[in-house]
Amino acid sequence: MSSVPVAAYLTLALILFCIGLYGALTKRNTVIVLISIELMLNAVNINLVAFSKFGMIPSITGQVFALFAIAVAAAEAAVGLAILIALYRNKKTVNIDEMNDLKS
Amino acid sequence: MENAWIIPLFPLISFLFLLLFGRRLKENSGYVGMALTFLSLIYSLVVLFDRFNHPTYKAEATWLAIGDVQLTAGFEVNQLNALMLVIVSLVSFLVHTYSKGYMHGDDRFHIFYAYLGLFTFAMLGLVVSPNLLQTYIFWELVGVGSFLLIGFYFYKEEAKAAAKKAFIMTRIGDVGLLIGMILLFWQVGSFEYDAIFLAVEEGAISAGIITLTAILIFIGAVGKSGQFPLHTWLPDAMEGPTPVSALIHAATMVAAGVYLVAALFPLFTASETALMTVAVIGAFTAIFAASIGLVQTDIKRVLAYSTVSQLGYMMLALGSAGYVAGVFHLMTHAFFKALLFLAAGSVIHAVHTQNIEEMGGLWKKLRLTGPLFLIGTLAISGVPLFSGFFSKDEILIAAWTNGNPVLFWLAVIAAFFTAFYMFRLFFMVFTGQSRSEMKNVHESPKVMTVPMIVLGVLAVVAGYFNTPWFGTFLGDWLVEGNEALGHGHTEGPAWIMIVATLVSLLGIFLAWLMYGKKSLQRDWLSSRMPITYNMLYNKYYLDEFYALSVVKTTKGLSVLLSYIEAFVVEGIVKGVAGIVHGLGKTGSKIQSGQVQAYGTVAFVGLAVLVVVYVLAGGYLK
Repeated sequence: MSSVPVAAYLTLALILFCIGLYGALTKRNTVIVLISIELMLNAVNINLVAFSKFGMIPSITGQVFALFAIAVAAAEAAVGLAILIALYRNKKTVNIDEMNDLKS
Repeated sequence: MENAWIIPLFPLISFLFLLLFGRRLKENSGYVGMALTFLSLIYSLVVLFDRFNHPTYKAEATWLAIGDVQLTAGFEVNQLNALMLVIVSLVSFLVHTYSKGYMHGDDRFHIFYAYLGLFTFAMLGLVVSPNLLQTYIFWELVGVGSFLLIGFYFYKEEAKAAAKKAFIMTRIGDVGLLIGMILLFWQVGSFEYDAIFLAVEEGAISAGIITLTAILIFIGAVGKSGQFPLHTWLPDAMEGPTPVSALIHAATMVAAGVYLVAALFPLFTASETALMTVAVIGAFTAIFAASIGLVQTDIKRVLAYSTVSQLGYMMLALGSAGYVAGVFHLMTHAFFKALLFLAAGSVIHAVHTQNIEEMGGLWKKLRLTGPLFLIGTLAISGVPLFSGFFSKDEILIAAWTNGNPVLFWLAVIAAFFTAFYMFRLFFMVFTGQSRSEMKNVHESPKVMTVPMIVLGVLAVVAGYFNTPWFGTFLGDWLVEGNEALGHGHTEGPAWIMIVATLVSLLGIFLAWLMYGKKSLQRDWLSSRMPITYNMLYNKYYLDEFYALSVVKTTKGLSVLLSYIEAFVVEGIVKGVAGIVHGLGKTGSKIQSGQVQAYGTVAFVGLAVLVVVYVLAGGYLK
């Protein structure tokens, strides 16, 4: 178990985060963007868990935080999807380019 | 005397009242104006008689305090002011009365009376001012009154132009007055006449500055009193109604310049150069305007040029240290010139033309106006026993004893011209053939003739207040308690009086030969000297000269400046606005509302920061 170094966890988190960032910044479909954000969130969770096990001061607190974050993310995903559906009802589209109501 | 400040307020009340209710009162407005100016007149007379027995009264209150400088406002009743109060309110009252008849039937009757009230207020305020600043304020107000009244027939192009011309020409002089005033304030630290005179007396001001300020103030007087070279507005101002010409452009406002020089007389006497300037300008104006008056054919213009000429006389008197002579002539001139204008108005009222070539034989038809006009003519010509004789005599003596024979002889020649052109006017209007188209000529109503009779009496007797024969009562009183003003009467050689009489009689005789008896051809002189005649007839082409030089230059400069304004200034303004506008547009384009774009930019920015941080050494340092 201990043969897996901390760098591997961090690299996995980094890759996951980059994929999420890329998806969030480039995809046109709002649902995909939301999923990408979830990916970035989970990359952070991996980091938290990794540091709680292999950090300077290993402690279970990090894993508890990760669980909290997952719970909050679930709630956030529910709210986000609800907003998306409401938007879709208004605009009849999920294309993010047309979600520019903040302008003007 | 303590309540003299109320005198100018009566006409002001008249002005405000007529402004508010004049439309409803219509021609009854005349009674309001007459009643209120009559109150002014009564009160002025009371003040004048009060002043005989009491010393000068002066009251003032702080108006503005700026740091240590106190600007005051108030009023002063000295001899000159008391005399001016009576002259102004008297002529104003008579003109108010006269206008009741003259302006009868005019649609804007009440406005005319309101303007008259405004003007009278300003003029009365001017003559009681104890300091230069207050004088200046009223000085400008008087100008406004004059502007409004000249342009009273504003639907006539000439009247409009004349009003503007009068305002602008006098403004040119006023700039001189303003600069002189500020210079004096800078030197003395006060606008008060008393403080200025004290400073001059103590030698607190350098001689150069005294000369400069005196001449600058004199430029103001030149503008207002129609002295050469700023006189051209005065003849044009005759476009106004004739009573206005009598009140403003003969008796009161144009005398304001003379009054100003007289009020600041101690300042002028402190500088030889300034006095000399005043005298030379005065004498030159006297003969210059008189020569133009010789050939004019408009009855009011002849009178206007004679006014300019007589004002020149007054300036000559003041410049020759003849304070009394100047003020005395100011008084007599106010009476006989107002009389002449009112009589001329009566003639115009009767025949509906101003061209004297079209008049003639009116003596029998205008039984009252004729003799009254003759009295005025005799007075201005300086015929013995009439008022003009005594005052002109004083001026000639002053010019002679002050030791400048050239100016003296100029004045004598001007007196000859005056007698000639005034009687030319008289003979052409009142004698000779009466024109056939003037059948229904009738004398003016009583409301017009009575003021003329009053002025006629004054034009005869006003001279006796100050004669070498019966005593120089007026002169002694004027200079009482103030040595700076000179003597009440200056003894001159007796031949001056004889010369003056002879010269005026000669002028009358020549006019009679040419226009009365007609034994001399009328074009006897003009056909021999056509160039001179044309030059005189066209007023020395001075208007044309101004139009070509000053007006053209100013207009050219204005066009140039308007281009600079349009292209340079406007360009800079538009450029700045354009840059800001463009920036805003670009900025608003960046804010597209695309959240992903924002995110990308934020990420790229973060990445750049990180890269810079790492390249710069990062946290390893």
